[in-house]
Amino acid sequence: MRLSDLSRDVPAVIVTVDDVTRPDPISGRLRDLGFVAGEAVRVVANGPFGGDPMLIQIGFTQFALRRAEAARVQVECDA
Amino acid sequence: MDTLRVALVGNPNCGKTALFNQLTGSRQKVANYAGVTVERKEGRFVAGSGRLVQVLDLPGAYSLAATSPDEAVTRDVCMGRFEGEARPDLLVCVADATNLRLHLRFVLELQQLGLPMVLTLNMVDAARRRGIVIDRERLQQMLGVPVVETVAVRRGGARELVERLDGVLPPVPVALQDGSDLHARVVRLLSDCVSMPRRIARFDAAADRVLLHPVWGLAILSVVMFLMFQAVFSWAEPLMDGIEAAMAGLGVAVGQWLPDGLLRSLVVDGVIAGAGGVLVFLPQILILFLFILTLEESGYLPRAAFLLDRLMVGAGLTGRAFIPLLSSFACAIPGIMATRSIQDPRERLATIMVAPLMTCSARLPVYALLIGAFIPQRSVGGLFNLQGLVMFGLYALGIVSAALVAYVMKYFKRDHTEQSLLMELPSYRLPHLRDLAIGLWERGSIFVRRVGTIILALTVLLWFLSSFPAPPDGHLGDAIDYSFAGRIGHWLEFVFAPVGFNWQICVALIPGLAAREVAVASLATVYALSGDGVETALAPIIAAQWTLPTALSLLAWYVYAPQCMSTLAVIRRETNSWKTVGLAAGYLFGLAYLASFVTYQLARGLGL
Repeated sequence: MRLSDLSRDVPAVIVTVDDVTRPDPISGRLRDLGFVAGEAVRVVANGPFGGDPMLIQIGFTQFALRRAEAARVQVECDA
Repeated sequence: MDTLRVALVGNPNCGKTALFNQLTGSRQKVANYAGVTVERKEGRFVAGSGRLVQVLDLPGAYSLAATSPDEAVTRDVCMGRFEGEARPDLLVCVADATNLRLHLRFVLELQQLGLPMVLTLNMVDAARRRGIVIDRERLQQMLGVPVVETVAVRRGGARELVERLDGVLPPVPVALQDGSDLHARVVRLLSDCVSMPRRIARFDAAADRVLLHPVWGLAILSVVMFLMFQAVFSWAEPLMDGIEAAMAGLGVAVGQWLPDGLLRSLVVDGVIAGAGGVLVFLPQILILFLFILTLEESGYLPRAAFLLDRLMVGAGLTGRAFIPLLSSFACAIPGIMATRSIQDPRERLATIMVAPLMTCSARLPVYALLIGAFIPQRSVGGLFNLQGLVMFGLYALGIVSAALVAYVMKYFKRDHTEQSLLMELPSYRLPHLRDLAIGLWERGSIFVRRVGTIILALTVLLWFLSSFPAPPDGHLGDAIDYSFAGRIGHWLEFVFAPVGFNWQICVALIPGLAAREVAVASLATVYALSGDGVETALAPIIAAQWTLPTALSLLAWYVYAPQCMSTLAVIRRETNSWKTVGLAAGYLFGLAYLASFVTYQLARGLGL
């Protein structure tokens, strides 16, 4: 599933980060920020208007991602 | 005496600037990098052996694959590619010891550049409190780079780094093989050298549950903003009165000392009055920046951006534009200066363009005069006051127009690639007094020095236009009527007749270009009034001489018109482009004329 579809506080692991355009600077930056296969992620909070942006915990850092950005990240739930 | 040039490099939020302040204290120079509006901060200190160390504080970056002008500067300086900027002798890589998983990746990237480097683990005190243990020897060995520990916010917290910089330069680190997986290496380094309990600071999680809550978070944000405004207007007032009185006193004192004539008029009416008109906003600007810096340092600002991003995106802006736009309600100058926190140049430009539409405090005297003179004091629906409603409507008109302008700009943009948020929410921190003081000093001196000189020059020019040529003896009427400004005013009447402005308004608009509230004083001059209580004396005169459509038209004009040279000057400074200034002034004047025209003709059509 996509990170943008993940519910709050459900632990998940990243499978891939997809390129939407070629090259895709946003996906590139996501990888530079540590969004790579095997990393654990969690949705910490959703923005007050339409749940956008989302607050994502990865490693020891929290990033605010817009839904279009989070949709580039494919994840798998632990359970 | 030998000199060492070092550059501080690191991720945003690694405490780099606090470390820079700790190292160099107040011996800093702040300017822009040549050709771009990215802030360049340089400082120096003398180490124990007498070695002079020049420190360049490079903009924070996540990667050498730059995605913003800030990051491009950091990349180019580190690679020695930045024109006019010598390549540093040594890189000081700053990493937040509590966030090594993110920060070490950039360190590994920098290691490939072939420059000697030192890795600084900053905020080791916070790391220890969280139970993070770092095997420094091991890390040093695996990286092949000397590692020191610092606590940038504690006195003497950079001693180890200073001693290291005073010693022999470390060797250039061995570069990794091309295409090696940096992320995998970071994971290995972490598993070999660092042991940390797997959680973030408990305080952050608890605070964010409230501060980012859809209802509570927004409520708290509103309270914070309300307090900020309250402070900007109420705390600043006595200080502003003081500055006004002091400048007036200075004018009188200097006036007595100078002989009557041109020189006195230039110094007193031009220079001192002009400088006073600018300086009077300094208290508001400093208080506003005190709030902004505190919110920024504490980590709250990105959270406000998180809460409001969706709303702002709807209007073609970004959550990060919120604080600059909010500041613009006090004054567009600090607002436009605060857009530096927006990394994306397109979003920054859009924010700068709409900032003048926020109703700044200088419009209040004009609104107060016109509303008081023309809008009856009547209650509406038994609850509201008509004058108050009109005032509120003018504020709302500014906000709605800003949203529309930003929205339209989105469609005219040449570059339609997706804009990203990708914003790190750092840990909450207690703001450090020294960092606040240095930040305030920087903002204050930029305002006084740069903007002050431009505004002063324009004020003197306006003084010249309003004073020359002097009327001949026996001239009836006011001197300003005979001057260039007066002639231009009469000529402008032709242009402004369709929006209902008479020649007196046109004349007043010219000196009013220096600052909006000056228009009230110049209207008084044109109607040959002077002294205190100008507003109370002027109101009945214009109420008798102007029609209601004219007054409404002037109100509409003031919602849009860029009647403020200082704003245009600061746009020029912040964008480095006269074209942007022209575009901003052009569209604002266009909208102002259109709005006045529609208002005037509608009001006349309705028989008001």
